[in-house]
Amino acid sequence: MSQLDPDHLNAQRLAGIAPAATAPAQPLDPQTGDGTLIDTPGVRPPLVLNNRGIGDITSIVAGYAENAPPKWWLPAFLTAFGIAQLGGAMILYLVITGIGTWGLNNQVDWAWDITNFVFWIGIGHAGTLISAILCLLKQKWRTAVNRAAEAMTIFAVICAATFPGIHIGRQWMAWFLPPIPNSNAIWSNFRSPLLWDVFAVSTYGTVSALFWFMGMVPDFATLRDRADARLRRNPEGPIVLPFLPVRTDQLRAYIYGFLALGWRMSGRHWHRYEAAYLILAGISTPLVLSVHSIVSFDFATSVMPGWHTTIFPPYFVAGAIFGGFAMVLLLLIPCRELFANMKDIITLRHIDNMAKILLATGMMVGFAYSMEFFIAWYGGNKNELFAFVNRATGPYWWAYWTMITCNVLSPQLFWSKKMRTNVVAVWIVALLVTIGMWFERFVIIVTSLHRAFLPGEYHMFHPTLVDIGIFVGSFGTFMTLFLLFLRFLPVFPIAELKAVLPQASPHHHDDDHGKGNGHGHGHSTNTHGKHAAGGH
Amino acid sequence: MQIAASSRVFVTDRDEKIYGVLAEFATPAALYHAAEQVRDAGYSKWDTFSPFPIHGMEEAMGIKRTILPVLVAIGGFSGAGLGFLMQSWMSAVDYKMVTAGQPYLAWQSFVPITFELGILLSAFTCIIGMLALNGLPRWNHPLFKKERFLRSSDDKYFVCIEAADPNFHPEKTRALLEKAGATSIELVEE
Repeated sequence: MSQLDPDHLNAQRLAGIAPAATAPAQPLDPQTGDGTLIDTPGVRPPLVLNNRGIGDITSIVAGYAENAPPKWWLPAFLTAFGIAQLGGAMILYLVITGIGTWGLNNQVDWAWDITNFVFWIGIGHAGTLISAILCLLKQKWRTAVNRAAEAMTIFAVICAATFPGIHIGRQWMAWFLPPIPNSNAIWSNFRSPLLWDVFAVSTYGTVSALFWFMGMVPDFATLRDRADARLRRNPEGPIVLPFLPVRTDQLRAYIYGFLALGWRMSGRHWHRYEAAYLILAGISTPLVLSVHSIVSFDFATSVMPGWHTTIFPPYFVAGAIFGGFAMVLLLLIPCRELFANMKDIITLRHIDNMAKILLATGMMVGFAYSMEFFIAWYGGNKNELFAFVNRATGPYWWAYWTMITCNVLSPQLFWSKKMRTNVVAVWIVALLVTIGMWFERFVIIVTSLHRAFLPGEYHMFHPTLVDIGIFVGSFGTFMTLFLLFLRFLPVFPIAELKAVLPQASPHHHDDDHGKGNGHGHGHSTNTHGKHAAGGH
Repeated sequence: MQIAASSRVFVTDRDEKIYGVLAEFATPAALYHAAEQVRDAGYSKWDTFSPFPIHGMEEAMGIKRTILPVLVAIGGFSGAGLGFLMQSWMSAVDYKMVTAGQPYLAWQSFVPITFELGILLSAFTCIIGMLALNGLPRWNHPLFKKERFLRSSDDKYFVCIEAADPNFHPEKTRALLEKAGATSIELVEE
């Protein structure tokens, strides 16, 4: 009988809540780190460590959503939620009082609002890159990070979408943004890049949410089935809260069951599911490239010196991926330390790979910075050259050089493998890059605007408390949503992770005796060890 | 287990209509080989169940390629086409307004939104189409009554052959699944 029920104690142990759980921490090998940093051709480094079997993956990942959260979770959640409320109160004050509560002036009429918008929308891009582009490139390591990165995408788009919505001045007219029939018989201006942006961002948010949800449907089914099995074994299970006499597993079975849409792991369904996944990856790839290109059109199609450049679309896309991966690392490195067994799934190889992406995209961004400067000189337009010299040496020189230091210099550490696999170093660089990417948008927007054509128009921008409060509040919203995600949803794609295990191959038993199927020798031995221990 | 067969409707001795026979397998390899045998025995109304998509299972089951890509292409081109028509009609027919010195039908300016709407409609077609072809959402199913089946989303593998299959025979079907290496076999009532 016990064989039929998901082993709750095992889940608790695997999630580190019950004692005698995890394998003792192994000292890191100087060559291969935790065993995943293998560069020998023909040897596939393991994607999941500690010989976790298929059932272990279920228990570990479902355990994060089912067990009581770690002690730090509630204080962290309440802090983030409080900060989000602060931002909400500032937005309310802004709506009641008006845009004058920001530090905008006649010359600098876009500042932190659009900086924050571009910053957040850029952060989202890493999630789509991981879920779509790395899927098409058959990068199997993506399965460990794609769910969290996609969640981050959606939360970042939510934060981003706030800013254009509130910067329009009369926020109650925001419904004029989409083409809705109205009594004035007027339509939106489809020739304006700002309207393209409305469509790009809303399509991006919708498609990302659909993709994320579709990926979670089989995992919701797993959570549903586990709750259902526990209920059948023990209908008198724990209740939700002392004053709420509903069985926790009953509630889980209903909510996860509703979200699972009746998914039943059918082979015929999986066939269409995989086709749908590949198609979505295929259409999300041009989508993600288009979104930040269109965001850059907001600037590039204007005649403002410093904005009117054709390099903007690729430069913005590279910067978005750069900033997005920094945010993924910024969030997942602490999670990896704080949650039991997460190091088995997010290995040093993941950190190493993402650090390489930071290095590559950081170099692209650095190339774009220097190319902008070169064209400003080579193009022979005095206003253009002034805008760039003013960026580097004018009153905002500190913002420009913060950007260069954080975005171009700090990732150079990652030429060294030692640095790429040192999680503290990677986290610090990720933090610097996140700061640097915010400054990049600030530099582009504010330093271009603050000294445009006539000296009579020169103005500085000084943020007010409302500017700062709304920006900080957006981080609160983001973290609130992310903490809820860690608590209640499948943090890793359970089905996809299982599918990349060596045991998942239908030929696993047939041909790993001798012939080998691209597996290294040591690898086969390991999986056999698991079979003995796991009692298959 | 007693089964009465009358005009291809199978019932248990408790007079419950039979949905099918459910067999459990221990590994993906066992499921894969069982699927090949069920396919070769000529069954059509049957399915495999596994916690993750198994590589090559389409072939082992003899599944035809899904028409989903065609549906998505139709959805995508409709989205783009309708998007372009919408912009053209609003800008050049219903509300003529000169902006930035551009012509009313400034088709180059309509490209980004045309593209985005094409993507939007293909994404919706893709997910709704996938679910519709799968007959989902369907929150109840005879299989969910089986406690054993709940492990299909954890680490067990199943084959279910439906009683509605013209080749279905209580004993023969069961024998086939036993021969294929099932670790347990049970009847599923409707």
